[in-house]
Amino acid sequence: MHEGEGFRLEKLPLGSRVIYPPESLPGLRDVDGEIRRALDNPLGREPLRELLYPGMRLTIVFDDLSIPLPPMRTPDIRQRVIEQVLELAAAKGVDDVELIAGNALHRRMTPAELKRTVGERVYRSFFPRHLRNHDAEDRANLTEIGQTRHGEVVEINRRAAESDLIVYVNVSLTAMSGGPKSVSVGLASYRSLKHHHNVHTLRHSRSFNDPPNSAMHHSYDRMAGLLGDSLKIFQIETTLNNDTFPTQLGFLNKREWEWTLKDQAAYLAVKRANDLAPPKRRRQIWHKTASPYGITSVTAGDPIQVHEVTLRNVLRQQLTEVDGPADIGIWGLPYICPYNVNSIMNPILVMSLGLGYFFNLYRNQPIVRPGGVAIYYHPVRNEFHPVHHPSYIDFFEEVLAETTDPVAIETKFEEQFATDPWYTHLYRNSYAYHGVHPLYMWYWGAHALEHLGEVIFVGGDRKTTARMGFRSASTLDDALEMARERVGGSPTINYQHAPPLTMADVR
Amino acid sequence: MNLNLEYHRSPIRYVASRTATGTIATGRAAGWWAANMSPVRLVNRPDPRPPGPGWTRVKPLLSGICGSDLGLLTGRNSPYLSALISLPFTPGHEVVGETLDPLPDLPKGSRVVLDPVLGCVPRDVKLCPGCAADQHSRCDHITSGTVSAALQTGFCADTGGGWSRMFVAHGSQLHKVPDELDDERAVLVEPLACAIHSVRRVPIPDGASVLVVGAGTVGLFTTLALREYTKAGPIYVIARYGHQRERAREMGATEVLSSDRAARALRRATGGFLARPEQGAEFLLGGTDVAFDCTSGSGLDTALRVVRAGGTVLLSGMPNASVDLTPAWFRELSIVGAYASGGHDFQDAMALAKSAPLTGYVDAVYPLSRWRDAIGHASSSGRLGSIKVAFDPTKDQ
Repeated sequence: MHEGEGFRLEKLPLGSRVIYPPESLPGLRDVDGEIRRALDNPLGREPLRELLYPGMRLTIVFDDLSIPLPPMRTPDIRQRVIEQVLELAAAKGVDDVELIAGNALHRRMTPAELKRTVGERVYRSFFPRHLRNHDAEDRANLTEIGQTRHGEVVEINRRAAESDLIVYVNVSLTAMSGGPKSVSVGLASYRSLKHHHNVHTLRHSRSFNDPPNSAMHHSYDRMAGLLGDSLKIFQIETTLNNDTFPTQLGFLNKREWEWTLKDQAAYLAVKRANDLAPPKRRRQIWHKTASPYGITSVTAGDPIQVHEVTLRNVLRQQLTEVDGPADIGIWGLPYICPYNVNSIMNPILVMSLGLGYFFNLYRNQPIVRPGGVAIYYHPVRNEFHPVHHPSYIDFFEEVLAETTDPVAIETKFEEQFATDPWYTHLYRNSYAYHGVHPLYMWYWGAHALEHLGEVIFVGGDRKTTARMGFRSASTLDDALEMARERVGGSPTINYQHAPPLTMADVR
Repeated sequence: MNLNLEYHRSPIRYVASRTATGTIATGRAAGWWAANMSPVRLVNRPDPRPPGPGWTRVKPLLSGICGSDLGLLTGRNSPYLSALISLPFTPGHEVVGETLDPLPDLPKGSRVVLDPVLGCVPRDVKLCPGCAADQHSRCDHITSGTVSAALQTGFCADTGGGWSRMFVAHGSQLHKVPDELDDERAVLVEPLACAIHSVRRVPIPDGASVLVVGAGTVGLFTTLALREYTKAGPIYVIARYGHQRERAREMGATEVLSSDRAARALRRATGGFLARPEQGAEFLLGGTDVAFDCTSGSGLDTALRVVRAGGTVLLSGMPNASVDLTPAWFRELSIVGAYASGGHDFQDAMALAKSAPLTGYVDAVYPLSRWRDAIGHASSSGRLGSIKVAFDPTKDQ
């Protein structure tokens, strides 16, 4: 059971169901060869080399540091893809090339993070003038493409919009990302993002990891359709297997009942060392952990056709059939989420990871019945990264002290946070998430908040969890006792074992 | 004989008290240390005699313990003031009492409150410019005249003070208390007058944003005076304790903040940017128009850091802490002092004391014989849920 920067073995009540991911798929043996093949044999597009010509404007956009999690071992798959794209462009005499991180309202990537993602060679050649972060507040460099039939404004990065070709380099860790989301979100502005990042849309995305049933993805689709009409996008998507943790933590990749003697010894040694490590050091070690993912697919071409293949590959790795929801759902929350890479997992991010990302790792219906209880494991410490999450601090102190209702928050506070000049300044010039980002994180959990009857954090800081409207328990037994008033004395339990990520297909 | 608490010269006790109450380890128990180590003693002295015509003996009914008194007992008050006192003296300047001698406009037995400033009139000297302008708190003659050097009653060897069964006061220092004002409210008139005076020290434009740092007696009364005598816009109050937060809202605070999140909350409320120096607290580029420091100096640093450029910081109460004045220079702040009261402040305070929601403000009353308990209580009044702790010398048999 993950619990922040730690883990434990937990004895679940008899009859509890544990939802494990399928076996980790074998990775591609010749990744570079597969990339070459994908670029030469794209779906619904001419081979990339035929789309390149001298004098053209080429913009390569890549997913930012929010995926994959944990970050992958170098060389990053994005580096491998970008290097081949650049080689083709050079061979075709394309000089006007820009690389942009599709970070939307996320914090800017630092030079070191950019270098790690695109590799030393690309970094040295393009940084800083031609390798940069997207700036969603740079009005001069945004352009409105148009509006969808639902009145959704589509506004993206001007350089990309005015390019002859956009090559989008993606890593798909979940069924939520990639495809229509890539350009329409990664390069968008707040004006555009607010059409799908809102409480109504998220409450009607069930789940947002199941695109056909996600109002958010329907909005992405409409926007992507508009973009497809006016821009030429060559999408390159990659998928990963479930080799999430490196060898020394290999036992975390396995089902506990499959642990060998060596795994058991490793668990005892690592747990002991981790528990004894000073908190700062422990955090450093976890954030330096790089995953030895295998690449399970590389697909290129038309965004819609490519994404169909990608989705199949993601689900092949993560989908596990579950026989109905339970009274109680249990999740162990790890040390990392998309927004605390090299940073601190603050309480708002814990909420969005638990009630947003993990709760929504389902198809058909949640693993907990309506009105049921969610039990999470995380210390939920009241700590924030002052540089990365300045508006989160104010959101926690000020907004949550007044209300935890997502609709009330959206109505009263969204515009204030989204347009606050200081937050905007820090987003553009420092390494801060956009002012509105903590509100989005709260909306991320809006569906779960509506669905669940109670949320309990085992080991959670009492004051911090209470501020968010949740309860904390010292042990699982205490949590089950607290849940009794909602679900009775003999509840059914589903435990979604992640990471490695598992998506529950609940029948 | 007159039972009184006497502050006397004792360098050893002064240093011991200052040292013991100044450390982190003993800070929380500062009241206990101050009560037991400060150069204060309960003694019987001959009854004080009026130093001249126009003076009367006063029997204190209630006498408050002020922040400046606590600063004195903990050795925190500035040595600057040592030239403006005369030892030994009896502290106590927030007093409601009863006159024991007849005066032209004040018959014997009148219930009065004390305006403690010992200006030119009580001293029977030629009026200085301050006193001539009805601003006796600016008196230049506080070291001369018929009584010994002292800025106020309660710091003067000749007049005695409120922490006793009897002291002397000049008729010009006394204000008759209307019958409808009970002793518990009347003893609050002096700090209320000071708060009104501080609010009148600076022009506060209509709609201006104001910060009040501290929610003890001075902070709460300043908030009340701001609402009563100005058309200030939002008033933000920094309060440490739950009961202070409630009372600050009663007094008219728009929002009550905790000190650790004041800068961020004020940035959100008033706009501007937040800056984080490598050392020291965060500060604002932006902020409120005016700030009142009502903490005897401990909150002055906060006030300086969250007032907008060109804004005003008002020192209400006796400052006894050092502070980095860089913001005053860099942000071109006006720093204004406000000491005691003057003009019509006392009359206005008397009227306001009748109508303001002051019930329960004096909730701990001690006889002089329990002075150690009283000082301990006053030192921790915020933590213990009290606003004003007072002596009732009539309780001592």
